[in-house]
Amino acid sequence: MKTDAAFRSGHSQDMAACAASIAMKHVPLLTVTLAIIIFWYAMCIPMNAVLTAPKIVAAGGGFANTLIFSWSEGRPVLPSPHQVFREIWNTVFAVEPWAIKSLVYHLWITLSSTLVGFLMGGLLGTALAIGIVHVASLEKSLMPWVIASQTIPILAIAPMLIVVLGKTGLPDIFTKASISTYLCFFPVTIGMVKGLRSPDVMQQDLMRTYNASSVQTLWKLRLPASLPFLFASLKVSVAISLTGAIVAELPTGAVAGIGARLLNGSYYGNTLQIWAALFVAAFAAAMLVLLLSALEKYSLKRMGTKA
Amino acid sequence: MIRATFTLLIGLALCVCVALGFSRSNPPTGQDWALSMAFVICGWVTAWSLSWVADLTLPKAQTRWLVPTIFGVGVIAAWQAYVHASAIPGVLLPSPSEIYTKFVSSLPTLAADFVQTIVRAVIPGWLIGCCAGFLTALVCDRYDFLRRGLLPFGNLVAALPIVGMAPILVMWFGFDWQSKAAMVVVMTFFPMLINTLAGLNASGHMERDLMRGYGASWVATLLKLRLPAAMPFIFNALKINSTLAMIGAIVAEFFGTPIVGMGFRMSTEVGRQGLDMVWAEIAVAALAGSAFYGLLALVELKVTFWHPSYQRRR
Repeated sequence: MKTDAAFRSGHSQDMAACAASIAMKHVPLLTVTLAIIIFWYAMCIPMNAVLTAPKIVAAGGGFANTLIFSWSEGRPVLPSPHQVFREIWNTVFAVEPWAIKSLVYHLWITLSSTLVGFLMGGLLGTALAIGIVHVASLEKSLMPWVIASQTIPILAIAPMLIVVLGKTGLPDIFTKASISTYLCFFPVTIGMVKGLRSPDVMQQDLMRTYNASSVQTLWKLRLPASLPFLFASLKVSVAISLTGAIVAELPTGAVAGIGARLLNGSYYGNTLQIWAALFVAAFAAAMLVLLLSALEKYSLKRMGTKA
Repeated sequence: MIRATFTLLIGLALCVCVALGFSRSNPPTGQDWALSMAFVICGWVTAWSLSWVADLTLPKAQTRWLVPTIFGVGVIAAWQAYVHASAIPGVLLPSPSEIYTKFVSSLPTLAADFVQTIVRAVIPGWLIGCCAGFLTALVCDRYDFLRRGLLPFGNLVAALPIVGMAPILVMWFGFDWQSKAAMVVVMTFFPMLINTLAGLNASGHMERDLMRGYGASWVATLLKLRLPAAMPFIFNALKINSTLAMIGAIVAEFFGTPIVGMGFRMSTEVGRQGLDMVWAEIAVAALAGSAFYGLLALVELKVTFWHPSYQRRR
C-alpha cells in the first residue's frame, strides 16, 4: 500500500522510501538465490572430481581447465545449473510436445493423473467433512481413522498398490490417481470440518429462526464460510497430489510420466535427465499452487471478504 | 437408539444377502465389481452402526476409545468376511488372518527390515533434519536478512515433490542406509524451518514488550518466552516429519538397496506375488508410524499442557 502511494505522489523522498521498501523485499531473496547458485557452481568442482580429475590433468591442469571440465561433464555427479537449464530447453522447446523425448509430454501424463486424483480427493474430502459435521456418531467412529489413515506411509506402498490395482483392469490413469486421491482427501477433510464449523453461534441461530433446513444452512451459511479453509487445504492437497502421481509412476514398466523419467535416468546414470525432470516437476507444482492462490483471491473478492 | 439398532440389522442383513450372491455366482472369483462394491458398502454401514449403538449404550467415559476400536474391528471383520465370501485370489487381496499368520511366521525378516529402514535411516535422518531445521530457524531469527531470503525459498520447497531427489541422493551416498537417511534429512528440514520460524513469532507483543521492559537479552527472551510459545508449532513439524521420514526412507529404497529393508522387501514381494508379506510390512510400517506419532503426541501433551487446544478438552 505504502509503495503504491509513493509511486502516485511522485515526491522524491517518497520515491526513495519506495525504492528502499522494494529493496527490503527482494534483496535478501536475490542474495540467497545468488548464494545458492554460486555454491552450486563451486560444489560442481569437488563433486565431479572423480570423473574430471584425469581429464584436467591430461589437459595440463590449471584453474581454467578445472572450471571447463567440471561444468561440462557429460554424465556429471552434480550437473552445473546451465547444463540443467540447457537440458530443460532441449527437452521442452526443441522437440515437439507429443514426442516421447519431450518433457511436456511426460509432464502432461503426470499432470492429468494429478488433476483427476486432486478432483476425486477434494470431492471425497468435502463429502466426508459434511458427513462428519452433520452426523455425530460419524465423527466419533470415522475421525480417528481418518487421522490413522495418514500414519500409513501410503507413498511408500504406492507402487505396490499400483501393481495390484493394475490387475483389476481399471484404466491406468485411475489407478495412478487413486494414490493422489488418498493423499488429497485428508487435508481437505480436516480443513473443511474446521471450516464448516466456523460460522459463529449467532449466525447459526439466525438460520434456525428462519426455519432453514440443514441443507439450506449448509448451502447458504456453512459452505460459503468454509471457503478460506477449503482453499488453504486445496493448496496443500495439490502439491502432495503431484508428489503422489510421480511416485505412482515409479513401479517398473511405467513408460511415461515424470516418475518414469526419474527412474529411467537413475537406471542409465543419466543425471541431466533426472535434474531436468525434477525442475520441471517443481515448476509445475509452483504453478498449480499459484493458480489456486489466484482462484482464492478472486473468489474471496467476489464474496466481499477483505483478504 | 432404535434407529441405530435398525441400521445395524439392515447392514447385517444386506451383508448376508451379498455373501449369498457371491456363493451363487459361479465360480466365485471376486472379480464381480458390483457385488464387491455392495459388500464393501454394507460392511462399512454395519461397522458404523455398530459403533453408533456402542456410542449410545456405553457410558460416556469409555466411548472415546471404544467407538473407534469397535469401528476398526468391524472393518477388519468385514474384510475377512469379504475375502472368504468372494473367494478373491490372495494375489489381489489376502485376508487379515493370512496376513497375521505371515506376520508371525516371518518375524526375523521383518525385524531385520525394521532395523535397516527405521532404526538406521528414519530415526537418524529425522533427528538430523529436525535439528538442522531448528538451528537454521534460530539463525534466521537472529539475522532478519537471512529470514527474508530463506522463508520464501522454504515455502516454495515445501510445495515441491522432494521425493524425486531420491535417485540423486542414492547416487551420491551409495546404496546403503546413508542415502536413505540423507533423503529423510532433506525431506524433514524445510517443514521444521518454516514451522519454527512461524512459532518464534507466535508470542504476543505484550509479552515481548514485558521482556524488553525487564531488559532481557535475546537469548533470555528466546529461552523464557519465545521457545515455549513456539512449542506447539515445533511439535506440529515433528509430527508431520515423522510421516514424511517414513515415506522418504521407503521410497528411496525403490532406487537401489542392499537386500534388506522395508521398501526393498515390498517391491520384491510384489514381483513374487507374495502380497501377504507386503501387507505384513505395511502393518509394521503402520504400527511403527502410529507408535512414533503417539509418542510425539504424549511428549507434546507434557510440554504444551498450557495450550488452549489441550485446556478445552478437559
